[in-house]
Amino acid sequence: MPQLTDLLFYGFAALTLLFGFLCVANPLSRNPVTSAMFLVLTIISMAGLFILLHAFFLAAVQVLVYAGAVMVLFLFVIMLLDLKEEERRKLRKFTVGLGAVAVAAIAGILIKATLSAVPLAAGKAVEGNTKPLGVALFTQYLLPFEILSILLLVAMVGVILLSKKELK
Amino acid sequence: MDAIKYLDPSVQFILFSVLKIVFVFGVTMTAVAYAVLVERKISAWIQDRPGPNRTAPFFVQFIPVLGPWLTRLGIFQPMADGLKFILKEDFTPSYVRTIYFWVAPAIACVPALLTMAVIPFGSQIGGEKMVIADLNVGILYTFGIVSLGVYGIVLAGYASNSKYPFLGSIRSSAQMISYELAMGLSVVPIFMLVGDLNLSSVITYQADHGWNILKQPVSFIIFLIAAFAETNRLPFDLPESETELVGGYHTEYSSMKFALFFLGEYAAMIAASAMMVTLFLGGWTLPGLSDPASSLLGGLLHIVIFGAKMGVFMVIFIWVRWMLPRFRYDQLMDLGWRRFIPLALANILVTALVVAFTNK
Repeated sequence: MPQLTDLLFYGFAALTLLFGFLCVANPLSRNPVTSAMFLVLTIISMAGLFILLHAFFLAAVQVLVYAGAVMVLFLFVIMLLDLKEEERRKLRKFTVGLGAVAVAAIAGILIKATLSAVPLAAGKAVEGNTKPLGVALFTQYLLPFEILSILLLVAMVGVILLSKKELK
Repeated sequence: MDAIKYLDPSVQFILFSVLKIVFVFGVTMTAVAYAVLVERKISAWIQDRPGPNRTAPFFVQFIPVLGPWLTRLGIFQPMADGLKFILKEDFTPSYVRTIYFWVAPAIACVPALLTMAVIPFGSQIGGEKMVIADLNVGILYTFGIVSLGVYGIVLAGYASNSKYPFLGSIRSSAQMISYELAMGLSVVPIFMLVGDLNLSSVITYQADHGWNILKQPVSFIIFLIAAFAETNRLPFDLPESETELVGGYHTEYSSMKFALFFLGEYAAMIAASAMMVTLFLGGWTLPGLSDPASSLLGGLLHIVIFGAKMGVFMVIFIWVRWMLPRFRYDQLMDLGWRRFIPLALANILVTALVVAFTNK
């Protein structure tokens, strides 16, 4: 009998793929709001996968930041745009071709990586993994972490600069 | 009862989890129904009217003294309200986006119920901890789920496909994101003191070191006010402000679909009250009663203490609604972004300094 966690893994993996597919190529609807909602569902099913990896912090932050904040802003913008034109637009052969190439390339990389993968030795489960994560971020990965912070700061300054009509 | 001990641990786990889920769900639903009654009664007293005092099944009038008294209290009103919601015509206007129109009320009420899963509502009964899921990232889970609640309102406005609901939903998405930031920042100092994101350890910490409301009054005030904004309650009920937007995001809804929005709002109030009790008022503890209970009676007493503290917050929620006028939208945004977020950041820095100097 397969383990419950295995069943859950396949369930969440299937849901992630299904919702991801419906997000980009929904045969029933070309409505951008529907796509955005399926992206939210994809993110939530991915959070389920993180939980199965015992990455509770990552799962919670995934839902909190991406599903709860970023996607709400996406939806906010999409709903304010004129969507009728987007729904009527037809797919061009050029874009479809480029997309197919990209998908084939990524699939190739994934298959290669999976085939050449070595099974990991069973790691020990980390309980209460918020603390180890914080320690790792502020010791081992301090420089990348700080650079990312500066990147966000730059983006923020840029947005403020763009949204100000006239500079004094 | 001894038979339970010989069961498989996983069967035991499932059995106890289902029992706790049923208990929490049942209590929350009943609390929602009676919170509506309390709201109507308190609003009536504030406005000098009697409030609901007639509704009763026919046989109640034959009970001497007690019957008329219960009727005057309006005890039977929630049943009549529920029946009315179920029996009313469920009207779907022709111009709505049907799927979203059906899904939105469900999305609006589910997150508030899901947040109850990590709340420790009592110490323990027979060695079983009184919390459905004792997550080690409890608070992050709550914020994650609460942040999903906005989809119900946004989709309701979008699905209704008419102007007022749409304006209401746009307002709510901006409002809820803004206040989520202030709310999230306001609890950071608590976890700097406690050193753990688990809600049970927050309660244990408070049992040992005193309630957090005394140590972090600024956090508490920011959290309380942000909770009003997150639950769309007056003075921050801009998404449905009936004087400007008819009914805001639920203008087009009727019958049980409307009832689900209503239920979601009250369940969110209950969840916010439970969070505030857990984070700031010591959860199920009282001075002198802070050890996990060893007897059945003690365990029940802790649950009652938790419920009583939550009740206080529910009354505050309702009381404020009938005492304060609605804010203007720019005032709301100004308060969130230019007052609370800087205040919460300063609070984090000060707490960090204090923690740094007092530890070692």
